[in-house]
Amino acid sequence: MHFSVSIQLEDFDLSTEIARLRADDSSVGAVCSFVGTVREREAAAGTDQVSISSLELEHYPGMTERSIEQMIQSARERFSINGARVVHRVGLLRPKDQIVLVAVTSAHRGESFKACEYLMDYLKTQAPFWKKEQTDKGTRWVDARVSDEAAMQRWS
Amino acid sequence: MRINILYFASIREGLGIGSEVLETQAHDVQSLRSELIAKGGAYAEVLSHERVLKTALNQQMCSPTTHLVDGCELAFFPPVTGG
Repeated sequence: MHFSVSIQLEDFDLSTEIARLRADDSSVGAVCSFVGTVREREAAAGTDQVSISSLELEHYPGMTERSIEQMIQSARERFSINGARVVHRVGLLRPKDQIVLVAVTSAHRGESFKACEYLMDYLKTQAPFWKKEQTDKGTRWVDARVSDEAAMQRWS
Repeated sequence: MRINILYFASIREGLGIGSEVLETQAHDVQSLRSELIAKGGAYAEVLSHERVLKTALNQQMCSPTTHLVDGCELAFFPPVTGG
């Protein structure tokens, strides 16, 4: 399937996902991918740096898949792409773990570069996930970033 | 009408519940929010109009003026932090 979303606990393998995404499509000349990972060190505004021991990802089952499918549909309307694959993990993750994959295929590189960034910007502002950090200074919910909203505004 | 309400993340933690069913006369999202705030206690603090909250009606992002429908699912949650 050339357009799909998975929300899952398990880790993903980039090579496998890309191979599946571009299988049976010889008109594809470009594959662009992004992987988001868990950082160990985080500096919250106005406080000292904290060390993250784990990250818990909560989501809204049903709405998560649906909203990302809608984002992919939006990307198809804006860009000339052959396929898109989004994998987002949920549950308990550790530093350096993979969190999210966005991969896009197209005939030429311009469209998949743009669509990949578009999907990540959109996902950061609209997909119903929430991160909770377990740190050496206690547990806290991550705050949404103003810069993410600004990034999405660029596409308007 | 009957509304199935869901709470996520820090809102769920603050209220101590993940969902509830409410019978209401409220016609839109913001008046339902006001009705919940009027319950006082944790509701007043967690759902306060001073807090930035997002809502989704039947799993679609919606606004404070979105009209409610009988039997709908309405979710309250903080700004999202996925990706």
